[in-house]
Parts: sequence; structure tokens; C-alpha cells
Amino acid sequence: MPDLSSLRNRPEFWLACVIAIFIVALSLATPNFLSISNFVDLTESYAVQAIMATGLFVVLIAGGIDISFAATASVAQYVAALLATRFGLSPVLVIPAGLIVGTLLGFINATLVHYARVNSIIITIATMNVYFALLMYATGGHSIYNLPEWWSDRITFLQFETAGGDLVRITLPIIVMIASLGLCWVLLNRSKTGRQLYAMGGNAEAARRIGLNISRLQFFAYGFAGFMAALAGLVQANRVGEAVPNALYGTELSVLSAAVLGGASLLGGVGTIGGITLGILMLAIIQNGLNLLDISPYCFEIITGAIILASTSLTALSVRSRTRSRLVEEAPNV
Amino acid sequence: MSENLTGRNVSMDDLLGPLRRVFPARVSGQALATLALAVGFSLVVPGFFSLGSMRSMMFQLPQLGLLALAMAIPMMSGGLNLAIIAIANACGLAMVTVLAHLPLAGHGAGYVTLCILLALMTGMVLGTALGGLTGWLIVRTRVHPILVTLGVMSIVEGTSIWLTRGEVISGLPSLYGQIGNASLLQIPLAFLVFLVVAGVMHVVLQHTSFGISIRMIGSNALATRYSAVNVDRVTIRIYALSGFLCFCAACLMLARYNSASAAYAKSYLLVTVLAAVLGGVDPNGGFGRVTGLVLAMVMLQLIATGFNLLGFSDYLTLAIWGLVLIGVACAQALLKKRR
Repeated sequence: MPDLSSLRNRPEFWLACVIAIFIVALSLATPNFLSISNFVDLTESYAVQAIMATGLFVVLIAGGIDISFAATASVAQYVAALLATRFGLSPVLVIPAGLIVGTLLGFINATLVHYARVNSIIITIATMNVYFALLMYATGGHSIYNLPEWWSDRITFLQFETAGGDLVRITLPIIVMIASLGLCWVLLNRSKTGRQLYAMGGNAEAARRIGLNISRLQFFAYGFAGFMAALAGLVQANRVGEAVPNALYGTELSVLSAAVLGGASLLGGVGTIGGITLGILMLAIIQNGLNLLDISPYCFEIITGAIILASTSLTALSVRSRTRSRLVEEAPNV
Repeated sequence: MSENLTGRNVSMDDLLGPLRRVFPARVSGQALATLALAVGFSLVVPGFFSLGSMRSMMFQLPQLGLLALAMAIPMMSGGLNLAIIAIANACGLAMVTVLAHLPLAGHGAGYVTLCILLALMTGMVLGTALGGLTGWLIVRTRVHPILVTLGVMSIVEGTSIWLTRGEVISGLPSLYGQIGNASLLQIPLAFLVFLVVAGVMHVVLQHTSFGISIRMIGSNALATRYSAVNVDRVTIRIYALSGFLCFCAACLMLARYNSASAAYAKSYLLVTVLAAVLGGVDPNGGFGRVTGLVLAMVMLQLIATGFNLLGFSDYLTLAIWGLVLIGVACAQALLKKRR
């Protein structure tokens, strides 16, 4: 049995408690909430953001930040869509091409962060603007509607009917999301590179001195984020059946919120895949609950903001009370 | 990124010698680049060197300039304020709402002016209060400013959207637009407002203990605290000042759009970060001056107007802005390595 006191110190534990409270409250308030079909729907609607969040999460663990992932996803999606429609290439070529584009854009970020030694938030804000602006310029903002059928058709892995007669479909986005989270978990917890990423995020100088290859790790982290962003872009086109250049633009900060809600630290080295999954689940449940309760969707943003503030401050305050004896640590980190 | 380190532009030493005696290295290099851009565009682009294009640049620059100032001051203290656009829009909405609900029709200009002043007061109090509240949250929770301001942004923007149902609110008295778009000796009033605010900020940052404390906190918060500076109080004031600058930007936005909405200028949020960094503000805190920032704004505006006259799209301008920043960052890194 896990030690309860150590569990109490983890943000994941508190997040899980809050989610449990939300679930109980919402299922008492609306009859439709606690059903399999509703849960599947809300998972699918957040799958794309979840896939992008896993990529961002790896960069956060490595001690950096990536704001450019939504732009990367859009570029990869559009390039792949062009290859599929203009040149009629088969999925065997189109999908890897999209993923490679994403990874390369991530490598550009890594090059700039590692060699120019500029704050990663500044570099990725700059590359975000460059990627997105060039995409909008090159495409003129036109969407691609005539995606081939293998891409735009809904792919259902599992389909069944609940006792109430609702049709439940486990579709591609959900499967890809689960696979991404699983891959990320294995990477961070069971691979040498993953543990090295934690070490670098915790203290880059210490990691360098014990002989870790910092540049390789940087390229890995940002490349992985680009790869995941591209994957999210491809899945998003599958969900909506078209490639829209500015569809994902503007989701940067909400994905970042989900990652931070789940306990990832902006200072690097801290966070778990379980936490980030809970963070996304939390946002999904709130939005879904507000819809079902017929509360104005305009409220969603207010509630999200309040939850970000509440959860990050509670985490920070609980960490602070534990380290109170170390007065030096008390200095404001602003 | 410090401006007092000498020998930054190693190869340009001879060229910059005379300038450097007057200005810090970074600013004189920037001034030269800005001048080069202006001359280059004047030679290449027909119609660039004209009163009309100068005036249009002076109309466009102040809004982003004030927002960039609002972003830059927290950055000098090692923070970041992601809530600036949300606060500016909230101020704008508050001011329009006040003006739209006061019975203005049939009254004289004096009465209308009084009402406008009342609305401005409302916006100023709201902006400063929201900023101060943000600072207070940062101080009390010790959470990273990115996260706190992200949360504040969501709440403020969400509240604005909720209250307005996402609609554009208009109903400004025509007097406001007349004043806001007026010119003095061919110079737009908005530009003069920007110059005055930037001038005041320059004095505050360089010549007051508050301004010096801001950069000290950015360099080393703990050492600042041990130097008997009340770090918490200064931090709250930094964000309150940032909120006040958002209010200034909101005044100009009202004049320009003749309305307010929760969604105006949203795409400027991350651009202001770029502008601040291009202006020599160290994203890790501790360094930055208003002169550098103003020059960076002029540079960005020259690029925007020049390429616009050449027939480039707005998106291409945005891409060029990003590339300029990356270029500057890489050049600085290379020069640092060579030393």
C-alpha cells in the first residue's frame, strides 16, 4: 500500500481528488454526465490537445518550454494534406512526411535554443510567429477540404451499444491519444534518455558534468515535441475532415495550462504523465459539465483561469510549508 | 545582454566610436540599424519617404508600443505579464460602457469632456487595480509569473467575454474620436501620447529608486531583499504600472477602433514579448531601457510599413519580425562566444 503521507505531497493526488469531487457533483446534477458515451465524447474532443500536451510535457521536463507546437502542428498538417491531395501520395508516404516535417521544425527550435542560448520561451514565440505567418502567407489562409477518404473517414476501432441504447465509438483520436501517453510514459520512466531528460531539467549544469550529452537531449526533447505536434495535426485533420491552417492557432496557452495543472514545473525536472493526463481530464470534465448544466460557455474561460490560479498556488504553498526551514529557498523566484 | 559591457560589436568599433561616447553600445548599434533601415526603404520603396507614410507610421506605432512597454517592465524584473491584452480590453470595455450609459446627447462639449474624463478615470483605476492584483497574487503565492498572469488573463478575458457575450461595444461620443485622431503640427496625438509616456517611463526606470529596484530584482531578488528593498511591494507596483500602461494602450485603441471588444489585439500578446527582447530587455530580467525599446518599435514599424508599401502581406511582415528577432539573438550569441 502506498504511503499516504508521501501521496499527500503530490499534486496528482490533489488533482485526482478534485476530479473525483467534480465527477460526483456533476453526476448528481445532471443525469447525462455519468455515461460511457459522454465520457468517450469528451475524451475525443480533447484528444488532439492531449497529444500536443505530451510533446510539450517532455520539453517542460527537460527544463525548456515550447510555444510553437500549435504552429508546428498546422504546418505539418498542411504539408501532409498538400502531398495527399495535390500529388495523391499514399498514406504510407504522407503520414511519415508529415511527422518528419514536425520533427524538423522541432529541430530548428532545438538548434536555436542550444546554440543561440536564448531563453526557450523567446525562441519558440519567435519560431511560432515565423512558422504560422509563413504558413498563412503561403496558403493564403485557404483550407483543404478534399482530403482523401483514407484520411477524412472516421476510423472506428471498437463500437458497441450501451444498455441505454447509445452508440459508443472508440475512434482513432482516442487510440492515438492513449498510445501517445503510453509512449511518453515508457520514454520518461523506462528509457535511459527519459531519465536523462529529468536530470537535465533538474539541473542542466550538473547533468553536463556527469557526462550527459546536453545537445543530443535538447534535440531529442524539441524534436519529440515537434513529432507529437505533427501527430496531433494529422489526427485533428482526421477529426474534422479538412486541413485548416489556423484551426489550432491559439491553443498554445490552454495546452500549457493543462500541462501545468497536471503538476509539470516550468523550471524543469518535475512532473509525471499521470499528472498531465489528469490535468487534461480536468479541463475536459469542466467544459463538458458546463455544457450539460446549460451554463453559458462564456464562463469556461473564467473557471479555467480560476482553477489554474488555485491549483498552482495551492501546490506552491504546500511545497513552501514543507521547506520552510530552508529560508534561502524562500526568496521570491520572480 | 547588458548594455554596459563594452566591445559587443567588435568589428563595428571604429564606426560606433563617436556614438558610443554619448549612448550605450547597444542603443547606438540599434540606432544605426534603424537609420539604415529608414534610408534603405526610402531608396528602394517609392513613396516611403513622404509625409503620408510618416504620419501613418506614427498612427500605428503607439498602440503596440505601449503594450510592449507594459510587457517590458515586468520582464525587466524577471517576470512576464501575459494578461496585458486582456487588461487593456477590459479597460476599453469599461470606458465605453461608462460613456454609453451616460446621457450625453444634447449636452455641451464641456459636459461631454467631463464625462470622458470620468470614463478615463474608471479605466485607469480598473487597469491599475487589475495589474496590482496580479502582482499581489505573484507575491503571495510565489508562483511563477507566467502561470499567475496566464490565470489572470483567462479570468479577465473570460469575464469580458461573458459580460459582452463576445460582442463589439460601441457608443463613443464623437468628441472622443476627434481628440484621439487629432494631430498637432502634423504629428498624431497618439504618437505624442506614446512619446510622453515613454519619456516618463524612461525617467522612472533610470532615475528613481523604484526603477532601479525593478532591474535589481530581475538580477537577483534575494540580494535586493538583503539590500533593504521591499521586494514584495516593488513587485506589486511593477504589475500595477504594467496595468496602468495597458490602460494607456486601451485609450489609443478606443480612438483607433471607435469601439471596444474582448478580442481586440489578441495576436499582439506574444509579439510584444518579441518587441521587448528586440529592444534589449533581458528575458531573464535585470537589463533593459526604454530608449532601446522605442528604437525597436520604430524598427518594427519601419519594416511593417516598408514591406506593406512593397505589397507584402501582413503575415509576411510577422514572419520577418520573427526572423529579425532570431537573427539578432543568434548574432548576439556569436559575438558573446567570440569574446
